[in-house]
Amino acid sequence: MTIASWTQWICFVALSAGVVIGSLGVVLLPNIVYSAFLLGGVFLSVAGLYLMLNASFVAAAQVLVYVGAVNVLILFAIMLVNKKETLAEIPGLPLRRLLSGGVCAGLFLLLLRVDVTTPWAVPGPSPVGNDATIRIGIHLFSDYLLPFELASVLLLMAMIGAIVLARRDVFTVDVITGEDVDQALIEKMRTPLLVETTPTQNPALEATR
Amino acid sequence: MTALRAPLAAVTSGLDLQTSFTTTLQGIGLTPATAHLLWLPLPMLLVLVAAVVGVLVNVWLERKISAAVQQRIGPEYAGALGVLQPLADGLKLLFKEDIIPARADGLLFTLGPVLVLIPVILSWLVVPFGQHLLISDVGIGVFLWIALSSIQPIGLLMSGYASNNKYSLLGGLRAAAQSISYEIPLALAVLAVVMMSNSLSTIDIVNQQSGAGILSWNIWRQPVGFLIFWICALAECERLPFDLPEAEEELVAGYQTEYAGMKFALFYLGSYINLVLSALLVAVLYLGGWGFPIPVEWLAGALGQSVDAPVVQVITGSLGIVMTVLKAYLLVFIAILLRWTLPRVRIDQLLDLGWKFLLPIALVNLLVTAGLKLAFPAFFGG
Repeated sequence: MTIASWTQWICFVALSAGVVIGSLGVVLLPNIVYSAFLLGGVFLSVAGLYLMLNASFVAAAQVLVYVGAVNVLILFAIMLVNKKETLAEIPGLPLRRLLSGGVCAGLFLLLLRVDVTTPWAVPGPSPVGNDATIRIGIHLFSDYLLPFELASVLLLMAMIGAIVLARRDVFTVDVITGEDVDQALIEKMRTPLLVETTPTQNPALEATR
Repeated sequence: MTALRAPLAAVTSGLDLQTSFTTTLQGIGLTPATAHLLWLPLPMLLVLVAAVVGVLVNVWLERKISAAVQQRIGPEYAGALGVLQPLADGLKLLFKEDIIPARADGLLFTLGPVLVLIPVILSWLVVPFGQHLLISDVGIGVFLWIALSSIQPIGLLMSGYASNNKYSLLGGLRAAAQSISYEIPLALAVLAVVMMSNSLSTIDIVNQQSGAGILSWNIWRQPVGFLIFWICALAECERLPFDLPEAEEELVAGYQTEYAGMKFALFYLGSYINLVLSALLVAVLYLGGWGFPIPVEWLAGALGQSVDAPVVQVITGSLGIVMTVLKAYLLVFIAILLRWTLPRVRIDQLLDLGWKFLLPIALVNLLVTAGLKLAFPAFFGG
């Protein structure tokens, strides 16, 4: 084996291990912050695999969109909503776990069977290297124009939804509690720091005056 | 991928460092594969050393210029004019105790600074100092830099969270928010340049500006884009007037609050390498990269020399490196001057500037560039 193929093999094994172990960690770790950071690692490993397939533009886009935007957004959500919530006990938990474990194992066996039976070595189109960016652009604006536009409409809808959720002043009444919504800035302190004291309730303070 | 770009045979036959290095090693009796393996780390090490030396120069400049702005003398005793002061700073940080706060998350606390530094150093992959003087002419060029710089907020969030300190967490969140907000106008400004040069590669972007010396630099065709890019680059580097993530008066030192020793030094190094990198990229995108204000071909022609002569090639190459570094450090000087003369913006002003001003302006800039490219293809890269 030459140096290049050795490097490729080592990179492939490392990246695949990163994807598999990382995604197991995302699912299994009890600390949600670790899961979120590991998800970033998984996205990076996938970008590395794209890079090994000579798809450098897709790899960079993967890093930009998934690591730089999606994962950071998830982290933001976790860190800003620091809510300690005690989850209600679910009845029949061992049975549920057994069932879901069985389904997952079955799916895994099915995929293994697919992996073994399918002839994968099909010669694909020849790699285009750096011209791939141009090829992607041409496809996006010709035969994939409709999905592209639909995705942009989806993003617009998500953005409007986020603005509506963030701008509470469009609701005069809180949907959940039915109370009047405080329309002030979010930074404003909801409860005063010092308990309000009137002179009649506090004779000690009165005496000092 | 990691070797210096294979040079065009006819143009730089005398200056192909890689070939001469490997042939020398093969002359000693090594196999071509081993010689190649020995060559591989050299360009990377060179760039790493260049980046670190750039930081040392930067720190010295920061101290001296801030002193001049405040009518002080600045560092004076460590070497002539205090040039060894940054080294003393670095050594001090190296010898400091490495403290991990008691209730902090040790693993994430250590990983955070590393994640901040690595993308910045990786981005040096695409910075060209000459036609063939870069580690790798990857086709996606500047896009790689934009993608890599989007990893940084994760490191900042990680260190902010792991410090277990409200100032750190707020600083980390602010840093990530700022970084994401300014990434968009930055990318749009880069997109306008890319549209004119029809390529993402930094080499092609510089070559497209090399027609008529200083007159063909992108700054004349993209003045608005230049300003947008520079403002966004300063915001991405968390330099004043945009250093809200570490605003001393509000947040102690933001996400750096709990850090000491080498871990703090990694942040320090990362921010200064990022500043030099941003300045280099402004030089590449808008100031003609390694180009001399008067085209070298004209100068060589006036002196009656051939551009392909080895001596001329050596001089051109050195001139290219000098010009790139000179332009970058001119921008660094402006950044330092800005830091010591401007007050900090408030967080609402920062977000207003990013989302309500720079983003629409960048979009209009993109539209105008596209229109101009179609209307005047001769001047705006048809």
